[in-house]
Amino acid sequence: MSLSMPDFSKPESTKGRRPDLRRILAAPGVAAILTILGTVALWELAARTLNIPSYLLPAPSSIFSTFPSIGAERWAGHVWATLRVALLGFALAIAIAIPLAIALVRSPALNRTLYPLLVIVQSTPVVAIAPIIIVVLGAGDAPRIVITTLICFFPLVVSTATGLAATPPELIELSRSLRAPAFREITQIRLPFAVPYIFSALKISVTLAVIGAVVAEFCASDAGVGYFIQFSTSMFKLPQAWAGLFVLAAMSLALFQAVSWAQKLLFPWSLPRKR
Amino acid sequence: MQTPAAIRFDRLGQVFETGSGRLEALRNVSFEVARHEFLAVLGPSGCGKSTLLRMIAGLLEPTLGTVEVFGRRVTGPREDIGIVFQKPTLLPWATIEDNVMFPVRHKRGRVGSHDRDRAHELLRMVGLEGFGKRLPDELSGGMQQRVGIARALHMDPDILLMDEPFSALDALTREEMGFDLLRIFGERPKTVVFITHSVSEAALLADRVLVMTGRPGSVLTELPVPVARPRGRETIKDPAVTELAAHLRDLLLQKDAA
Repeated sequence: MSLSMPDFSKPESTKGRRPDLRRILAAPGVAAILTILGTVALWELAARTLNIPSYLLPAPSSIFSTFPSIGAERWAGHVWATLRVALLGFALAIAIAIPLAIALVRSPALNRTLYPLLVIVQSTPVVAIAPIIIVVLGAGDAPRIVITTLICFFPLVVSTATGLAATPPELIELSRSLRAPAFREITQIRLPFAVPYIFSALKISVTLAVIGAVVAEFCASDAGVGYFIQFSTSMFKLPQAWAGLFVLAAMSLALFQAVSWAQKLLFPWSLPRKR
Repeated sequence: MQTPAAIRFDRLGQVFETGSGRLEALRNVSFEVARHEFLAVLGPSGCGKSTLLRMIAGLLEPTLGTVEVFGRRVTGPREDIGIVFQKPTLLPWATIEDNVMFPVRHKRGRVGSHDRDRAHELLRMVGLEGFGKRLPDELSGGMQQRVGIARALHMDPDILLMDEPFSALDALTREEMGFDLLRIFGERPKTVVFITHSVSEAALLADRVLVMTGRPGSVLTELPVPVARPRGRETIKDPAVTELAAHLRDLLLQKDAA
């Protein structure tokens, strides 16, 4: 993510022409970047003037200075460990949730029997099951991926099922009147109509996947950004832990953005049209 | 030998079991539609007009009585029937020509160049030549409904069912669509069952108007439209049409008062 300063050269060169400055402030992203920079600046100022101990709230400068001291290679290792688990768990969640949602919509019997079970699974705090899953599945990526999947698949099932059911009934009647094969009702009508629902769930789930991966790392691991944060706090290296937190936030943001771009690229018609 | 009617309802009844009890939608409905006849069905809301269409299409089984299409009892969906819905319900991700070809692609899984040619021909017929590559939301409501009509005609059905197809359109567009239908069916006649709330639309378009009573729906009366074809813009001012429209309006208002 780029946090570089926005280009202010234009209003400088056309001094006194306020509409130009206003236009730049209204440009997409500019307000967000300014807000972030302002917050960081305030934080730095507060940390220095109020003499807040670094174990309570380290100054941004001391947090950022840990990035080079850890080194790109170690960061990359931790990021990759977390990202791998998050993405594999996310992929597994999609692979389970979408067929499951189709089954729930196709079969009222399955809907009556399986849906309550899903709600129970969702109501159980996955964070609490995580240690049990680690014991059952042992070391390695497998238990972490399962934990991640458990955390992020429920919104996908519910949202996809809602989308599949929200198809205009006329088109379902059209499909029936044509006596078309049942799978085409799914592939040519219901699934495309569910795309906006699926993508809003994907955006939620992809950030939940990062949470899932971190929870799994807290339980048992020797790599990953979550592990790095835990390890840093145990050594009282708070600025380093905060740096890990920033990295996680950046990862979540980047994944969320990637899902948004994927939707824009693959299904432009599914986005609300700007007129 | 007499050829069988295109559509024949024989003492048909429909009762729905709902959560709050029985709902009698239709009672003792009998009528016939001849081949290439345009029948308009007029009646108050909730009189089971759409239910009639569903039963012709084989999407719904009657509780009592029978529905026959070309002399054969309807037992399930038939492919020789096209449906135009109240809303266009196009696929928002598919181009206009893909929407017109959708029934073929949905039925067989693929489309050929013949199907594409036919889609272009139909788009020309409904006045949308050159719009084939556009997406539905680039078109107005009236244009979208034209696409819906082209889609219903793509597999060249013998029977076309239209369920208040113009009710979502503004008055002027609606009138234009009526004239277009006259032209389209003038070129290639179809057996049409056209459900509407508009008495003038019924009088302008139909060969015969079936007036239904409120729930449970049954046939109040059948009136022929005494105007020869071809009809056009001037037909709307024909005294026979305006008289019939006034008579139909009286019938509907009487029923509401009763």
